Amino acid sequence: MTDNAARSLFPGALEMMILESLRRQPAHGYALVLHIQQRSNNLLQVEEGSLYPALQRLLKAKLLKAEWGVSSTNRRVRTYQITASGLRKLEQQISSFERMFEGIALVLNPGKASTR
Amino acid sequence: MNWMPSIFRRRKLQDDLSEEIRLHIEERSEQLMGEGMAPKEAERQARIAFGNRTLVEERSREVWQWPTLESIWADVRFALRQLRRSPGFTIAAVLTLALAIGANAVVFGMLNALILRPLNVPQAQSLYGIEHGSDYGYQSYPDYLDLRDRNRSFDSLAAFTGTQVGLDTGKDASRVFGYQTSGNYFDTLGIQPYLGRFFHGSDEHGVNSAPYIVLSYAYWHSHFQDDRGVVGRIVQLNKHPFTIVGVAPREFRGTLLLFSPDFFMPAVNQEQLDGENNLNARGVRWVLEVVGHLKPGVTPAQAASDLNSVGSYLAKTYTKEDGFKSFTLARPGLYGDLLGRPARAFLTGLMLLAGLILLAACANLGSLFAARAADRSREVALRLALGSRRIRILRQLLTESVLLSLAGGIVGLAGSVVLLRWLSVWRPIPRFPVNVPVSPDAKVYLVALALALVSGFLFGIVPVRQVLKANPYEIVKSGSSARLGRRMTVRDVLLVLQIAVCAVLVTSSIVAVRGLVRSLGSNFGFEPRNAMLADTDLKMAGYTGDSVQAMQRRMIEAVEAIPGVAQVASANATPLGGVAVKPAVFKDETRDMRQSNAAATAFQYDVSPNYFQAAGTSLLAGRTFTWNDDKSVPREAVVNREFAKEVLGSVTDVVGRYFRLSDGSRVQVAGLVEDGKYMSLTEDPQAAMFFPMLQSTSSQTILVVRPKGDLGGDQQQLASAIRSKLRDLDAELPLETETWTNELDDAVMFAPRLATVSLGVLGIMGAMVAITGIFGMAAYSVSKRLKELGIRVALGAQRKELLQAALGRPLKLLAIGSGAGLLLGILATKVLAFIVYQATPRDPLVLAGVVLAMLLLGLVATWIPAQRALSIDPSILLREE
Repeated sequence: MTDNAARSLFPGALEMMILESLRRQPAHGYALVLHIQQRSNNLLQVEEGSLYPALQRLLKAKLLKAEWGVSSTNRRVRTYQITASGLRKLEQQISSFERMFEGIALVLNPGKASTR
Repeated sequence: MNWMPSIFRRRKLQDDLSEEIRLHIEERSEQLMGEGMAPKEAERQARIAFGNRTLVEERSREVWQWPTLESIWADVRFALRQLRRSPGFTIAAVLTLALAIGANAVVFGMLNALILRPLNVPQAQSLYGIEHGSDYGYQSYPDYLDLRDRNRSFDSLAAFTGTQVGLDTGKDASRVFGYQTSGNYFDTLGIQPYLGRFFHGSDEHGVNSAPYIVLSYAYWHSHFQDDRGVVGRIVQLNKHPFTIVGVAPREFRGTLLLFSPDFFMPAVNQEQLDGENNLNARGVRWVLEVVGHLKPGVTPAQAASDLNSVGSYLAKTYTKEDGFKSFTLARPGLYGDLLGRPARAFLTGLMLLAGLILLAACANLGSLFAARAADRSREVALRLALGSRRIRILRQLLTESVLLSLAGGIVGLAGSVVLLRWLSVWRPIPRFPVNVPVSPDAKVYLVALALALVSGFLFGIVPVRQVLKANPYEIVKSGSSARLGRRMTVRDVLLVLQIAVCAVLVTSSIVAVRGLVRSLGSNFGFEPRNAMLADTDLKMAGYTGDSVQAMQRRMIEAVEAIPGVAQVASANATPLGGVAVKPAVFKDETRDMRQSNAAATAFQYDVSPNYFQAAGTSLLAGRTFTWNDDKSVPREAVVNREFAKEVLGSVTDVVGRYFRLSDGSRVQVAGLVEDGKYMSLTEDPQAAMFFPMLQSTSSQTILVVRPKGDLGGDQQQLASAIRSKLRDLDAELPLETETWTNELDDAVMFAPRLATVSLGVLGIMGAMVAITGIFGMAAYSVSKRLKELGIRVALGAQRKELLQAALGRPLKLLAIGSGAGLLLGILATKVLAFIVYQATPRDPLVLAGVVLAMLLLGLVATWIPAQRALSIDPSILLREE
C-alpha cells in the first residue's frame, strides 16, 4: 500500500521530482502525476494520492505557491508554481543528489564512471 | 474554534485540499472514460489509482498541524465522546479510582505529616531526641543538666515536658496546656519570637527564678484576640504571678506533633505549679524530653556513643541512683520511638493496604478496558484496515484511560484534602489539646497526581497486546467471536487476588468491630456505666498542703447532698484515665531498695473512702478505707489480685501482710480487690494499689459520682448540679464534668476506634473494588456469550441453567478468592489483637459475617449482568446477526 510505494522512493525524492517538474512549468496535481509518470517511462509507480502530502509539505516550507485557476482544458484546477527559494532548494538537492548517486555508482560498478 | 484566525486559515487549506483531490479523481476518471471505459468502472479505477484518500487527506493535514498536540486534543475529544456514550462505565471507573487514589492520598498525607515531614523548626534534619533505655524520650532534670554540659556532639540540648495549669488572666480561671521547658529551649531550636521576646538560659537563676511565659500564637489569637499589648502583662498560673514576655510564631507548634501547647514556661519554675520540686531527683527519669541539633559532621551513632560515655560517667558517679541505661537517638515529635514505632508500623501497613487497593482497582479497570477494547475490536479492525497506525489506536486507548484516571485522581484528591483538613482540626480527646496535624502539602498533591497518571497508564496498557495482535482481516470477517477459554487467565488470577484482598479487609474489619463492641461490654474492674466524673486540680485554684484534703472532703460532702446521688468518692486518677504513676514496690523482706530488686511496679491510686463502692470495684477480702485512715495511722493499702500474686506471692490470706515502697516505708494490706484495666484494654493483668487519700498530698481530684438507679437522660442535670455545688464551694475551681463512659470513649477507645474505622473504610473500598471487578468480568462474559445464551434459551434452557452458564465462572472465582481471603484474614487478625481488645477471628459471628458479606457482594456485582442474561430474547438476538 502507501508504505510500499513510499519505500520504493528514497525520502525527499518525490519532493525533488515535483520541484523539478514545476521548474519547467507550473502545473496542477493531476498534471504533475502524469508528468512524473511519463518522464520516468512509468518506471516509477507513484501512487497518485501520495503526491498531495508532499505538495503540502512543500507549500508549508514556502518552496511552492498554489493558486486556483482554470486550465487549458477548461477545468477548475489549483496550479502550483515554484518559488525563488524553491529553485534554490532544488539546485542544492540536485547537486547533493548527483554527488550521492555518483558515489553509489562508483561503489556498485567500479570502472564505469557514468550513470545512465 | 472561530476565535483563532490560524485555525480559520487551516480550515480553508483543508477545504482546498479536499476539493483538489475530488477534482483530481474526477479528471482521472474522465480521462479513463475518454479511453472508452464505462463510467462506473472508470471512477473505480480512478479511486484505486489515487490510493487511500482518507489517509492522504490526513497525512496532508498533519503537515499543517501543530502535530502531536493537536492530534492529542482530537484524541481527548474522541475519548470524551466515547466515555459520554457509556456513562455507567465512566462513573464506575471514576468512582473506583477516586476512592482508591483518595485512600492513598489520605494515608500518604498522614504518613507525610507524621513520619516523613520533620518538625517545623529550622534545620529540622539535624534535630534529634535522646532516648534512655525503655524510658524512651524521658530523662530526669539532673541527668539532663549533665547531658547538656558534658556531651560534645550537640550544639546545645533543650528539655521540655507537657504540663497543665490553671491560668487566670483576671477574668476567669481555665485549664490550659503548655510546655515546661529549659531556658535555652527556643535558642536551641533556633526559633524567633512573633511578638516580644523569649526567655533564655540566662534567665534561669535557680528554683522559681524565671516567672515568665510565652504564649503560643494560636492561644494568643483565640484568647487575647491578637492584642499586641499582652507583652508585659501579669497572669496567674495556679495562683502564682507570671509575666507574659512574648508570643511564639504562628507556625511553631512545639516539639510534639500531636500535642500543641497553649504556652511555654521555664521548667525551673515547676515547683510553683506542681507544689513540689522534682528537679533534684536524679532517679525520677520520667520527667523531661531532651532534644538538640547535632553539630555539623556528627553522625547519630557518634552522638549516641558520646552520650553513653556521659552515661557511664553518671553511673559511676551516682552509684546510689541505679538504672542507667544506654542512650539512643530518635526523631523527635512522636515521643521518640514510644509512639513513633507503632505509628510508623501502622501507617506503613495502611499505606501497603491502600496501595494494594489501588493495584486491584487498576487490575479491574484494566480488564474492563480490555473488555471494551474487545467489544470495539470491529471498530479497531476497521480503523486498522483503513490505514490507521496501531500507535494511534493505542494512543487513543491510553488517552481514554488517562482521562479517566485523572478525573478519578482529582475527585479522590479533593475528597482526601477535605478529609485531611477535617482530621487536622479534629480533637479526638476534647479534654486535651491533642490533634493530628495532617494538612496536605504539595507533596501530597504530587503523589496523588502521579498515582493517577501511573494507574491510568497501568490499566490503559492492559488491552495493548490485544490491539497489537489484532488482525483486521480476521476480525472483520468473523466478528468478535467469543473465545472464552477454560483455563485460568491472568485476568482470572487478578480477580481472585483482589477478591482475596477484599475478603482479608472485610474479615479484619468485622473482627475489629466485634472486638470493639465486646471490649465496650467487658469487665474493666470497675463500672463506668451511669457514673459521672468531675475533674479538677486543686493546686490550680491555689490549694496546697492540708487544705487540699480538707477541700476534697468538703467537695465530696457537697456532692453527696445532691438528691439522687448514691455514692461519691474522690481519686487522684481513675483507671484507664490515661494518667497514673506506676512506682516500684518491694517485698517486705527487701532492704536494698534498688529498682532492680523491686518485686513489681504497680499502678498507684490515692482514693477516698467509698471509692470502691462508687467505682463499682468488688472487694474480695479485707476492708476499704474510712475517714479515719489519715496520717495518724500506719500506712496501709488496698491491692488487687495481680498485686497479691506478684508481690505477696499468693491471693489468699493477704490482708494484714506487708510490702515496702522505694523509700523503704512499710505498708500494710488492708483489703483485696478484683483486677481491672488500668492503662489500656489490651494490657495483660497489671498490679495496682490504692492508698487512702488522707495519707497522700495529691491535688489532682476526680470525683466519682454514682447516682441511685439509672442515670438515663439526667446526665446534663446531674452534671450541672455537681458544677453548681462545687462552684458554691469555690467559684475559681477549673472544673470538667463528663460521664465515665464518655471519658473512657475519648481516652481509651481512641486507638482501637481509629483502627476499626480505618479498617472499615478500607474494607468498604476493598469491597467496592471487588464489586467492580466481578461486575466487569460477569458483564463481559454475558455480553460475549449473548448469542450462545440466546441459543440456549431458544433450545429451552431454564433460568437456573442460564445463570449457571452466564455467571458460573465469576462466581467460582468469587468463592476461591473469598476462601483464600478468609484464611489470610484470620492470620492477619493476630496482628490486630495488639490494637483491638479481644480481636479474635475464631468467632462464628465473624465467619458468618464474612461469608454473608462476600455473598452479598457477589449478588450486588452480578445482579445487572444476571438481569441481562435473563432478559435475553432469542428471536431478537438471532434476527440481529
